[in-house]
Amino acid sequence: MKHLRSIDELGRDGLLRLLDLTNHMVEVNRRPVPKVPALRGRTVVSLFFEDSTRTRLSFETAAKRLSADTMTFSVSTSSVNKGESLRDTVETITDMGVDAFVVRHKSTGIPWQISDWTTASVVNAGDGWHQHPTQALVDCFTVREALGKERFDGLTITIVGDIKHSRVARSNVAAFSMLGADVVLVAPPTLLPPDVSHWPVEVSYRLDDVLARTDILYMLRLQSERMSQGHVPNLREYAETYGLDALRVAKLPPHAVIMHPGPMNRGVEMLIDPSALPNSLIHKQVANGVSVRMAVLFDLLAGESTAANLQQVAT
Amino acid sequence: MTRIVLQGGTIVDSRGEYDGDVAIENGRVVEVGENLRGDDVIDATGCIVAPGFVDLHAHLREPGKEEAETIETGSRAGAKGGYTALVAMPNTDPPQDSVAVIDFVREQGKRAGLVEVVPSGCITLGRRGEALAPMAELAAAGVRIFTDDGSGVQDELLMRRAMEYGKGLGITLAQHCEVASLTKGAVMNECQCCTSLGLPGWPSIAEELMVYRDIELARLTGARVHFLHLSTARSVELVRAAKRDGLPVTAEVTPHHLSLDETRLTTFDTVYKVNPPLRSPRDIAALRAGVLDGTIDALATDHAPHPRRDKELALDQAPPGMLGLETALGVALGVLQIDVAHLVRVMSINPARIAGIEDRHGRDIEPGAPANLVVFDPHATWQVVPEALASKSRNTPYVGMTMRGRVRHTLFNGAFTVRDGEAQR
Repeated sequence: MKHLRSIDELGRDGLLRLLDLTNHMVEVNRRPVPKVPALRGRTVVSLFFEDSTRTRLSFETAAKRLSADTMTFSVSTSSVNKGESLRDTVETITDMGVDAFVVRHKSTGIPWQISDWTTASVVNAGDGWHQHPTQALVDCFTVREALGKERFDGLTITIVGDIKHSRVARSNVAAFSMLGADVVLVAPPTLLPPDVSHWPVEVSYRLDDVLARTDILYMLRLQSERMSQGHVPNLREYAETYGLDALRVAKLPPHAVIMHPGPMNRGVEMLIDPSALPNSLIHKQVANGVSVRMAVLFDLLAGESTAANLQQVAT
Repeated sequence: MTRIVLQGGTIVDSRGEYDGDVAIENGRVVEVGENLRGDDVIDATGCIVAPGFVDLHAHLREPGKEEAETIETGSRAGAKGGYTALVAMPNTDPPQDSVAVIDFVREQGKRAGLVEVVPSGCITLGRRGEALAPMAELAAAGVRIFTDDGSGVQDELLMRRAMEYGKGLGITLAQHCEVASLTKGAVMNECQCCTSLGLPGWPSIAEELMVYRDIELARLTGARVHFLHLSTARSVELVRAAKRDGLPVTAEVTPHHLSLDETRLTTFDTVYKVNPPLRSPRDIAALRAGVLDGTIDALATDHAPHPRRDKELALDQAPPGMLGLETALGVALGVLQIDVAHLVRVMSINPARIAGIEDRHGRDIEPGAPANLVVFDPHATWQVVPEALASKSRNTPYVGMTMRGRVRHTLFNGAFTVRDGEAQR
């Protein structure tokens, strides 16, 4: 695998491979000294053009635990502010000798454009509304771990909220359905993409109708700017119709679990303190972020000596 | 005085197809017949000899964006594509809303001397859609076609006034049909593809609503309205119905909307970002049918050069537009099951009439007619090599593709601007 840019590009085999590899990384992270020399001498650059807490930090931690060197590119202090083009920036950094770019950008497609301009690997850490493949890997791994299931056949995963503007939703629809889950999307029609008839999903406009048959309830963040754009009349009405409160939690089957990619909008989609929920996986999602991203960087950068390297990780 | 003879070709004009030689002297056709003699005899065997192509829609970028194109380089690209007249779009900087800028554009065209550069005028001042440009002054300076291309005139009352006022001037209003509130931030056709790519959708109805509105305003005012770069099946239907009602409307389509569909954007290559966007295969089929049945009057390139650095931006930041002048003939012959007489109608005769230059372009090839001619081989193939393009920019979506239909010679006012496929100046 040269790049990780979308779940479709990764495919089902790649997805399963990375999830299995993550098990090894979880084991590394349990050690007293959670660090292995697998990527010593490799350099990973974080290129974040959009704010991020967990994704950026977990990629950097992941790289360091594999002994890669890391560089952080900060847009606000870079030559981008002097008018340097993205291509020139990427070519300049490539000239310094880097092995991977971890890229987040507000525009769809940037990771593909960057991969035309560099010989290094490109990891998509979120592009526009399009894809966020490592989040989908984190979520699949978290479900696997929590439910003790390799495959998701027979599971109903309900994704609620702003599907239209969500890269997490696009990656997760692909990944969950690749693993066999039945995916239900719940949103007002204004927050659904224009035509999802070719997606392997069921669509509902009413959250209360689907809660009783939901095994995994996946809540998405609603950005307040959606209100000013007329997608919803106001946040209070959205919270009433699609927000998760105690009443709705009670409608879920007892075994159901709750997920959220963060950052949460408390009082909008989350009307209940998730830490008060016994069946919340939200903290596990964050905790698994580092292991999953270690698996991704390892898979991309360990190169031909993967088997030997894996031995090194394992011992 | 040199007498040029185009020998052995098939002449195609509004009267049909017939074999004959064409003799040219002093900038005009002087004789059409068999076995003509001359000082400079060109073998046109196997080629079509037709009135030079007329592009209703070229962005020549001068004044203002000479990094992308100049009137000279755009004219050269036009000549190589077989064009003898280009209607220059008004979204220059400053825009073509004053006689000074109109005169400048026309004079730069004359200085280049490769095609007739026909400046269009803005409908509204600064193309801002707020107040009418001095249309009578511009008309007196020779402007026959007015447009705010790049933007549609959003305000219904202002558009009505433009049509009423324009009717008195005998000019044509060319509308870029796009209801702006429906396309804010839009990148690609609203479809399954944009759903999966997470790109803001550009709905067909943004175009169709304005096509409908302006058809009804034309019905009300009697003004002549031309629809620029139509891209949807429903737009074609609306125009077809309007023509059935006898309304004075005309329409154009671009080669790229006839040949490329929305799925091109899955490569994230900004070269495929255009306004209006590439649409669905169903739309493409309807546009092709519209050309063939005469609903669509003209092929127009919407030649829109952009420098590399602008097209290397993200998809949502990059400016829309692609080159068109040098590939239009090849694309048209490649995708349309069109007889050559109809091709000449949609690439020369009809656009010349719409642009109001039918006295000197798109004319029948007969003694006395200005010698604005193209000689092309409809069967010869060639490959699109970006470095070989005459345009200053390289944003063509047809890189590496093999085109059928090659311009051999272009004559503008009786002089070769292109000879044996090479620009002469």
